Amino acid sequence: MRLPPLDSPKWNSALRAFAWGMSATSATILSLVLFVTYIGIGALSHDTRFSLGWALLATALVWAGPAQIILITTLASGASIVQSAIAVTVSAIRLFPMVVAVLPMMRTEKTKRRHLILVAHFTAVTLWVECYRFLPHVPRERRVAFIHGLGCGLLCIGLTATIIGYELAANLSQTLASAILLLTPLAFLLSTARNSRELADVLALVLGLAFYPLASMMNSGLDILVSGVAAGTIAYGVHKWREQP
Amino acid sequence: MSTFFGDWHALVVLMLAGVIPNQIWRWLGLWLGSGLDEGSDLLMWVKAVATGILAGVIAQILVEPPGALASVPAMLRYGAVVAGFAAFMLTRRSIFAGVVCGEVVMLAGKWWLG
Repeated sequence: MRLPPLDSPKWNSALRAFAWGMSATSATILSLVLFVTYIGIGALSHDTRFSLGWALLATALVWAGPAQIILITTLASGASIVQSAIAVTVSAIRLFPMVVAVLPMMRTEKTKRRHLILVAHFTAVTLWVECYRFLPHVPRERRVAFIHGLGCGLLCIGLTATIIGYELAANLSQTLASAILLLTPLAFLLSTARNSRELADVLALVLGLAFYPLASMMNSGLDILVSGVAAGTIAYGVHKWREQP
Repeated sequence: MSTFFGDWHALVVLMLAGVIPNQIWRWLGLWLGSGLDEGSDLLMWVKAVATGILAGVIAQILVEPPGALASVPAMLRYGAVVAGFAAFMLTRRSIFAGVVCGEVVMLAGKWWLG
């Protein structure tokens, strides 16, 4: 998809920027990945006997694939609310740095915090990755509207896929279901690798993959947090060390 | 309506175990992130940690797979992802080629193992 040039008068309307954002969802393989991920989540919700309305509410209000998969699988395996909540919140920690990284890209002097509430809600791995790709081609004062459009478009895809997956579940064989669940790690890995241009990003990705199995041996319940912080900190340290003259 | 959403108990569980523990990190990011500069050292560290944590989620799904994915042997899961990554590199970073290759290897392996 080609966006108009930054100085084009087409950007004068916020509504139009919203529409550009929404149609940007058709220009990315990640929309397809999101679609299939949520088909998997819809199917999982059906197999674990949650209602369709529950699954749709979860997609709209949680809006994070890994968190939803963890929530459904822990609750279905008989974990307590507290145990599920801890597992979900650990998986969601990564949203914090994503929100922190995404918001400055669209803040202007006039931006109030309340203008960014919905942007924060939409922020998940897909939006985070797409911000780096699209936002340099969007004038700064229209970025919030553009991201609102992109987020609404992605949410519509997620909700539709949840319904389709839920209805398909009865007919999905185990092999097909496992193929759908494998899409999540494949898509997350490749889209992150694609956006890792600097050494710090590549190192954080590689070390994060390598450290998780080590951290999980400690059985602290905070494995992802421990391995992620260690990997990110080392990657950042190496980047700073190389930057020195 | 009640059959569509299920009983109220399930919705309370969704809020307490799913929505609040997930959203709290977005709210924190919104609240604390407003004062940070793009390109600051802190933001660079935070970005690297986000990547590290996401890598952890990827590894977790592969090492301790949920649901039906547990029916795929561990070596086949790892092999499929390695094949997908190789295809991604060979096609000058095409996500689509990588995903398709990984899936084909996994399905072929599963079919071959019976």
